[in-house]
Amino acid sequence: MAGPLTVDIVAPDRTLWSGTAERVIAPSVEGEIGLLANHEPILALLKAGTVRVRTGDSEQVEFAIKQGFVSFDHNVITIGATPAETDED
Amino acid sequence: MGGQQRVYRQRIRSTQSLKKIFRAMELIAASRIGKARDRVTAAAPYSKAITRAISAVATHSNVEHPLTSERTDTNRVALLVVSADRGMAGAYSANAIRESERLRERLEGDGKEVVQFAVGRRAVSYFKFRNRELAGQWTGGSDAPDVETAIEVAAELYGAFTAEIEDGGVSEIHIVYTHFSSMVSQEPRVIRLLPLEIVEGVAEPGDDVEPLYEFEPSAEAVLDAALPRYIEARVYTCLLQSAASELANRQRAMNTAVSNAEDIIRQYTRLANSARQAEITQEISEIVSGADALAAS
Repeated sequence: MAGPLTVDIVAPDRTLWSGTAERVIAPSVEGEIGLLANHEPILALLKAGTVRVRTGDSEQVEFAIKQGFVSFDHNVITIGATPAETDED
Repeated sequence: MGGQQRVYRQRIRSTQSLKKIFRAMELIAASRIGKARDRVTAAAPYSKAITRAISAVATHSNVEHPLTSERTDTNRVALLVVSADRGMAGAYSANAIRESERLRERLEGDGKEVVQFAVGRRAVSYFKFRNRELAGQWTGGSDAPDVETAIEVAAELYGAFTAEIEDGGVSEIHIVYTHFSSMVSQEPRVIRLLPLEIVEGVAEPGDDVEPLYEFEPSAEAVLDAALPRYIEARVYTCLLQSAASELANRQRAMNTAVSNAEDIIRQYTRLANSARQAEITQEISEIVSGADALAAS
């Protein structure tokens, strides 16, 4: 079942992930914030950490990021992030 | 004569090898252009996201930030022109440079002092040849710009904008790049990067009630952190657009060069044929007249 949130996770040069989710947890500079449907509009800066997107009952995708921001507006979440360097680079 | 024929043959051979080079460059440009366009498309979502974020801060808070307000303490302005590293792209670099010179004239007409920045070897050598000082230059990889270059360029421009007057601070930043509208149409464009004019991509409010944004940690901090990213995204977009335009121009220029080479080859083949025919005719008439002379004696 598609979740109530529309999520786009974008890096400067590509889209990392895009889809619907039930819950998103992002590492804001003031601590982790969890975003569920009908959260109030927010624009938060992110620090290095992991963005966790729960897409279904037990499915979850994770992204390691270095910095970025999250914006939430009318159940649309946009995360602009610089991905953390991975070993494959 | 025989010498004439040989000259034509030589010309034909050299034009043929040039044609092969042109054809190869055309194919290379054609194969890269798809990738360049994909990169333009891939970078668009981030650019849109950050523009929305910035406009959200601008609309839903009344933060006065140095980057959004006009700077009046200096009349120096920065001008960045994006060109190619190599020629063989028709008028691509020339057009961008001409547009930038036009803007420069206009700015100087307004009593401003222009600080020039350049991306791409063509623009750099253009300014060097005219003994004009460059405040910053980036060469290499103009047909496949990476994020790191964009970040570097953005940091330099941003630094100039935030610097004090005595350190060479500037009050405006303009970029001249080539916009990729389609495969057949690319035109040089001017954008004013700073101070910001945020108009595009403003999030549409779903109903009459404007969403009240909460900023974390604060509106100022968000703006502080997001604006450099925004500038990076804009510079990166300009570089990508220019790269795609460069490749499209190169493909077109090389296509024309190939057909010109074909024309020349055809022309020289005709000349070579008539030279050969003239030689044969002459030989025949020599033999006939020789035979006549022998018969008459």
